[in-house]
Amino acid sequence: MSVSYIRHPGFNPGSKVPHEQPAVGVRPVGSRIKSGMTAVIVALLLATPALADSNLPPARYANTQLRDPAKEQQARALMATLRCLVCQGQAISDSDAEMAGDMRSLVRTRIAAGESPKQIRDSLIASYGEYVTYDPPFNALTAPLWLLPLILIGIGAWLARGLFRRQRS
Amino acid sequence: MIAEAGLAALWLAAALAGLQLVLAAIGLRLDATRPATGDGPGVGAAEIMAAVRPVAIVQGLLALLAMALLIALFVRSDMSVQLVVANSHSDKPLLYKFSGAWGNHEGSMLLWVTILGLAGTTIAIVERRLPRATLIATLGAQAAIALGFYAFLLFSSNPFARLSPAAPDGQGLNPLLQDPGLAFHPPTLYIGYVGISVAFSFAVGALITRDVGPAFARAMRPWVLGAWIFLTLGITAGSYWAYYELGWGGWWFWDPVENASLMPWLAATALLHSVSVLATRDGLRAWTVMLAVVAFSMSMVGTFLVRSGILTSVHAFAVDPTRGSFILALLLLYIGGALLLFGLRIGTVRQGSTFELISREGALVANNLLLSVILGIVLIGTLYPIVAAAFGVQLSVGPPFFDKAAGPVALLLVAVMAVGPLLRWRRDDGQAALERMMLPIAVAALAMAAVFIVTGGIAILPFLGLGLAAGLAAASVAPLWKRNLRRTPLFTWGMVIAHLGIAVSLAGMASDSAFTKETLVAARVGEPHRVGPYTVRLDGISPVIGANWSALQARLSVRRGDDGAWFVLRPQSRFFSSPPTTTSESAIATRLDGQLYTVLGAPDGEGRWQLRLWWKPFVTFIWLGGALIALGGALSLLGRVRRDRQAVLREAYR
Repeated sequence: MSVSYIRHPGFNPGSKVPHEQPAVGVRPVGSRIKSGMTAVIVALLLATPALADSNLPPARYANTQLRDPAKEQQARALMATLRCLVCQGQAISDSDAEMAGDMRSLVRTRIAAGESPKQIRDSLIASYGEYVTYDPPFNALTAPLWLLPLILIGIGAWLARGLFRRQRS
Repeated sequence: MIAEAGLAALWLAAALAGLQLVLAAIGLRLDATRPATGDGPGVGAAEIMAAVRPVAIVQGLLALLAMALLIALFVRSDMSVQLVVANSHSDKPLLYKFSGAWGNHEGSMLLWVTILGLAGTTIAIVERRLPRATLIATLGAQAAIALGFYAFLLFSSNPFARLSPAAPDGQGLNPLLQDPGLAFHPPTLYIGYVGISVAFSFAVGALITRDVGPAFARAMRPWVLGAWIFLTLGITAGSYWAYYELGWGGWWFWDPVENASLMPWLAATALLHSVSVLATRDGLRAWTVMLAVVAFSMSMVGTFLVRSGILTSVHAFAVDPTRGSFILALLLLYIGGALLLFGLRIGTVRQGSTFELISREGALVANNLLLSVILGIVLIGTLYPIVAAAFGVQLSVGPPFFDKAAGPVALLLVAVMAVGPLLRWRRDDGQAALERMMLPIAVAALAMAAVFIVTGGIAILPFLGLGLAAGLAAASVAPLWKRNLRRTPLFTWGMVIAHLGIAVSLAGMASDSAFTKETLVAARVGEPHRVGPYTVRLDGISPVIGANWSALQARLSVRRGDDGAWFVLRPQSRFFSSPPTTTSESAIATRLDGQLYTVLGAPDGEGRWQLRLWWKPFVTFIWLGGALIALGGALSLLGRVRRDRQAVLREAYR
């Protein structure tokens, strides 16, 4: 897994206040832990820039489900098909990166507001290009890809036809 | 000195591989041009060919020596060796120092060539039934493959390079790799890849000596079967490893690295079925050779593609783009060479025995076809982003595409797989076959009805998956009906168990995708949360110190239902200082009917901790099925080897 997550400069998740640029530092955690452990934990956290993308807590719906199970289901299905733009090939539903959290929050917020998954996907594609979806839209460039199974089955059947004897009637 | 000795052993092994190739080529040339009157090979040819075996044996032993010396360097934490510095640390537990030797690019390549060398040694020692010319050609082909790897190691990935001045300590191993999984997963896959390359070498030998027939198929079959068993185990273990290590409950991501390991498996599965037809029925000659070529190409793709750096992946631990061109050249050379030889010689392969559409062979052809189609989908889907990039479009091809494109084909394949073993060889009657299928069809229909009634409808692919899994389970044990179980050959048991394993695995996949329950919460201490049938309560967070890591560990009290006994799970968030990384160590409770998967996330700054909880019904079936498939393969291999040995003995006493 990649160690440093770079925030995409153009990313502005919905109505949330834009984050500051990533700073390698400490999440404001140490102070809230019981004093007995504080020293150990602060030392631990100082050594872990990996999760410390910014000083802000995660976006509201980054790790919190929607109350309505049907909507959460929709959001979940959509998130599994969206690429975390700063990770090494992970969907936003499978990533610890802060940007993935922001995108999850964005998806849940907009699903909760009544938008359809398709609308959300389309608007994300409009902002980030087709790279953001793992489900490539059907167009001139991807047509060969989507027709592939049929093409391959056709070629295979053509290759195999010489193997069989005529069926006796 | 150890590093220098290792490098010397590597150079010597490379030189012997060169010698092995040259001797085999000269021997075969002399043999082919001998006067037609003489019986047996000419004197010179016989002497030269006799030298090939010992050379192959020593080559393998030298490669093993080099690997052993590299492991010694890691175990001793010799920080004057670049590779050790870059990938190890003196504080690392011994197991990971050991396995760290192959947890990196150079070491894994050395491991590959070591296994290849040892395979050559094994063939040279045990293979006695092939005509000598075919065997020598096989060993020659092996040497040619090995030479590319030696060149790659010696010229662009020297594992023994020194660092001057020596470093005070190493930079550590990627913490994700500090897991017992690493000790076994890569070697298992590599044995699989190498086994396939051995099968391919047999195919080359048979093509060169124009000897594609049952004898060649019988010599090749144990290698294909063995390779396939290891690939199955490697993929299954790797999938489970990713599942508990990456911490999001996913077990397959259609990621380029995973695809790279799946493709050789698909090709090997097709080859395995095809080679059986060739060995026992003398059919599908050209197909078998073609599949051997494809399987080899895929194992090269599996070994190299990810390392070339042209694809990004969650699992790409050993990427160095500067080596990309060398790797691509090697890939082109191997695959191009294999295809060229195939194109030149396939005309000389005569057609084997024929059969009708509705027959066991017909079903096996369908199996080969559908497996090849899935292989094509995976291959092109994996490479398509590169194609799109050439047109200036950045594209992602991921799980939704593979599910939609390969899913239906895979289900069709499962249906064929259920029917195939119930058909007769050469010619069968469609009506009678349908009657034999009535019970499995009824089981499938019942299962689907039950799922529909209990759940009120789920997504279509898992729905069909569950139904077909039930039908396949019934159909796969059908060949045992009305048979004397004790006299049923071991390889029939192998087939039954392997097919049953597919049904079990498919049921697990479908169940996981349809019935998983997810709860994501920011939990306060003492607050209960529900996931599926479980109640999970965060009792507290405490620090834990390990050998080279420290962690925050959650104590979760868990119980099933309202009156189950409480038990404790302890997921951790681990911090490694060299290199600085955080990993989630999931805590998993395994029950007969599924797994409870818990992960500790980050604190939210207000005294709450992020918890990710999943209840995954029957998810363990995925890997249980994988294990059954491998077990079936092993029984088959055992049965075949035993029967072949009996056949050899019978011939010897005749």
